[in-house]
Amino acid sequence: MATSSTKKKPVAKMLVMGIISIALYAALLTHQDEVNEMFGKGTWYAFLPILAAFLFSFVHGSFTGDFWTVVGIEAAKKKKEVK
Amino acid sequence: MHDIVNSFINLDTITILYLFGVGFVGGLVSGFIGSGGAFVLTPGMMSLGVPGLMAVASNMCHKFPKALVGAMKRFKYGQVDVKLGVILGISAEAGVLYGAQIQENIKKSFGDAGSNLYVSAAFVVILAVVGGFVLRDAWKTYKSGNAHEEEKTGKLAKWVQSINIPGTMVYFKSLNAKVSILFTIPLGFATGMLAATIAVGGFIGVPSMIYVLGAPSLMASATELVIAFVMGLGGSFKYALHGLVDIRLAMIILAGSLFGIQLGAIGTTYVKPFMIKVVMGVIMVIVLFSRALMVPVYLSQLGLIGKMSDMTVKVLKNTSFAIMIAALLIGAFIVLKSFVEGRREEKLRLASEALEHGKI
Repeated sequence: MATSSTKKKPVAKMLVMGIISIALYAALLTHQDEVNEMFGKGTWYAFLPILAAFLFSFVHGSFTGDFWTVVGIEAAKKKKEVK
Repeated sequence: MHDIVNSFINLDTITILYLFGVGFVGGLVSGFIGSGGAFVLTPGMMSLGVPGLMAVASNMCHKFPKALVGAMKRFKYGQVDVKLGVILGISAEAGVLYGAQIQENIKKSFGDAGSNLYVSAAFVVILAVVGGFVLRDAWKTYKSGNAHEEEKTGKLAKWVQSINIPGTMVYFKSLNAKVSILFTIPLGFATGMLAATIAVGGFIGVPSMIYVLGAPSLMASATELVIAFVMGLGGSFKYALHGLVDIRLAMIILAGSLFGIQLGAIGTTYVKPFMIKVVMGVIMVIVLFSRALMVPVYLSQLGLIGKMSDMTVKVLKNTSFAIMIAALLIGAFIVLKSFVEGRREEKLRLASEALEHGKI
């Protein structure tokens, strides 16, 4: 129990990634028509949804990971032996 | 391409919350058993007015980044066999292409009803056989009182591991053995074919890794995330080439599912390995009933049985969809319940260890 309380929680990182994540989603939802038109063009534009998916998963994935750590939900201390 | 652009739906707050919520529950289950959620998401999007192909494409485009995040999380817990995942993933990609081609041919020959009947029949047969087997195995483990013990390699897996075909043998850490890729290729291919047919390749992928190759449940479900990533990335690009991905839908679902997948992945560190089989088996068997309800509808549309009234069709469709949602929610409930129980046990264990330490 002592280890979890002494371990520093990534609050600042979570906040930064959370703000970037919100900004990304706000940009996506406020520019829906432009995004739909450009991402729906196909051919070389096919890279756009793929790159967007990687970008969102990096930012939002980092945020959600830190979110659960900050609220105190972490993996079991004793690592499971899965060999 | 104009008709595609015109088929982008309008997003209101309710729709966004709905997609976020389903994404979260789907992510939670995927983080735990390696797949799931897609069977609800695709029809769920279609019910909002998204054309079928676009729903499949957008679902796939949320799946691969979600699987990537989940795989990375579970890699930290030592549960992922990257080599096995990539090898199975590549052959799964081939299976996806072949499966999509079969779908296309059936659609051309028998129309939408024929294609739907094929999908539902595949659901019912595969889920009955594999789901029933997985659930029976989980039940046997539970009854035997060996739930805490390490899983034993089954007879079939032992045989597969004993076959030596020179030039094709590869060592996999999850199996702690060498297996010929002549065995892994058809398994990956079948996973991909199933993914192209019913959107959830993991229903073949995970059980085949456990029962045919001999991987522990935790590693099989974690490695499935690598397969889903490889398959989803290739599939998304293919659909994106035709402008079929609605990135707004994909990213909103991703927003919810990344919360879910992290929680599901954390959950695996607390539970007994056989719980993976329980959740997977329960979901498979419930989904099987959902799809079985639709079989008479498609048979009637094909004229193989008497015509059904519109009302009966509507009732069957709605009941089928409700059962599917129930399958996902029940799966999520079991995940959360076993997670909470596991955490409680962990806390008690740590407290008693601290107490013992204090005495010494």
